[in-house]
Amino acid sequence: MNDPAAHDRPPLLAARGLSFSRNEEPIFGPLDFALHAGEVVLMEGDNGAGKTTLLRVLAGLLAPSQGEIFLNGEPLTLARLSPQLALLSHQGGLKHDLTALENLRFAAGLHGQRRGLSPVSALAAVGLDGFGEAPVRQLSAGQKKRVALARVLLAPVGLWLLDEPYANLDRSGIELVNRLLERHAHEGGAALITSHGAYAYTSGTPRRIALRPDPAGAESQDDSIVEHTR
Amino acid sequence: MRPGSTSAACAALLRRDLLLVWRRRGDALTPLLFATIVVALFPLAIGAQVQELRPIAVGVIFVATLLAGLLALDTLFRGDYEDGSLEQLVVSPHPLALLLACKIAVHWLTTALPLIALSPLLGELLFLDPALRGLLPLALLLTTPLLSLIGAVCVALTVGMQRSGMLLALLVLPLYVPVLIFGAGACNAAQMGLPYLAPLLWLAAGLVLALVLAPLACAAALRISTS
Repeated sequence: MNDPAAHDRPPLLAARGLSFSRNEEPIFGPLDFALHAGEVVLMEGDNGAGKTTLLRVLAGLLAPSQGEIFLNGEPLTLARLSPQLALLSHQGGLKHDLTALENLRFAAGLHGQRRGLSPVSALAAVGLDGFGEAPVRQLSAGQKKRVALARVLLAPVGLWLLDEPYANLDRSGIELVNRLLERHAHEGGAALITSHGAYAYTSGTPRRIALRPDPAGAESQDDSIVEHTR
Repeated sequence: MRPGSTSAACAALLRRDLLLVWRRRGDALTPLLFATIVVALFPLAIGAQVQELRPIAVGVIFVATLLAGLLALDTLFRGDYEDGSLEQLVVSPHPLALLLACKIAVHWLTTALPLIALSPLLGELLFLDPALRGLLPLALLLTTPLLSLIGAVCVALTVGMQRSGMLLALLVLPLYVPVLIFGAGACNAAQMGLPYLAPLLWLAAGLVLALVLAPLACAAALRISTS
């Protein structure tokens, strides 16, 4: 948060009273938070705490059960969101029969291309120089994750929603993700990332959201969500 | 920072899907081989007499084409659903219906078009009336895209389920009945020397309607499947 003026603008992404239930069973919420440009927010929670669900709600793939989401101060719709969003989900969205470069070229055609980046340079930026012609099928799980990160990096968008970006990555990969996030935030982008806590975004994250599963509904809803500012 | 144009997105999707088919060209031949074998079974089972095979030739070719299309249908969105590509299409800044129309087009090009090209040979296997040599491919050309579009809607509805193959067949086949009736009906009418233009025009009208509505229905169904 180098730029104090950023807070004068409405937040890039904001949620008010956001909750989601599947078949009457609460998954998360109610949750209030705001994500400003130039900010990285880490969402922590154990397995099953609802991190992925929250991310899918914010990406417009799932409709929230209650509450509202605002994008730049206006109610979120997929049409407003999609030109600004890069989503990294569990499956990765890569075609295993195609090479890493073919996957990235397709992504560039679909989402557009960030100025000054090309599929080749994006692949180099995630440390996969020389793996462009290898079918994704032959890459390791960590390398697949890096290709998926290159896709996120290549998209000309401001908002990153990354589900478990650290999973399957080695130590240098974790540092790579931190470096990419830092640069993205520095360039005025924002990112919401999830982690189950084993790895964490260490380079000065301003805020964390902790998601905890509701203990059999016995506790009050408000205790299940803790947001704290550092 | 601006997203790419919609035409570039469609071109990228067409190129990717064609490339995927090419990488798995053995799989792409399966429907073709299936239809050929089904047609070849009839002379073996009934006997290779002209007077017995010629009356059923049109019907057999249509049913074989329909079943071959059904065989290939489940792969239409399955791969994209399982590897998360579908989510990327949904959150892309382009109309989902248009992107899905591109996918259906590639599917039709790679599964139905080779079969239409092969249909004169299938006709020869069954002593097809020489008068129908031109009409049969034309009727198939109007029928198969309609089958692909109707099938795509049903695939979009069932893609979120495990082992949806049988359910898909049950869902799709009743919807295929009118298409089959008009397509085979036109050929049968021509064989008997009756006017055959009306059923072809009905097929063409249905195709225009399906071209517009089926991608929209697919988009709505896939949004539900990915949620």
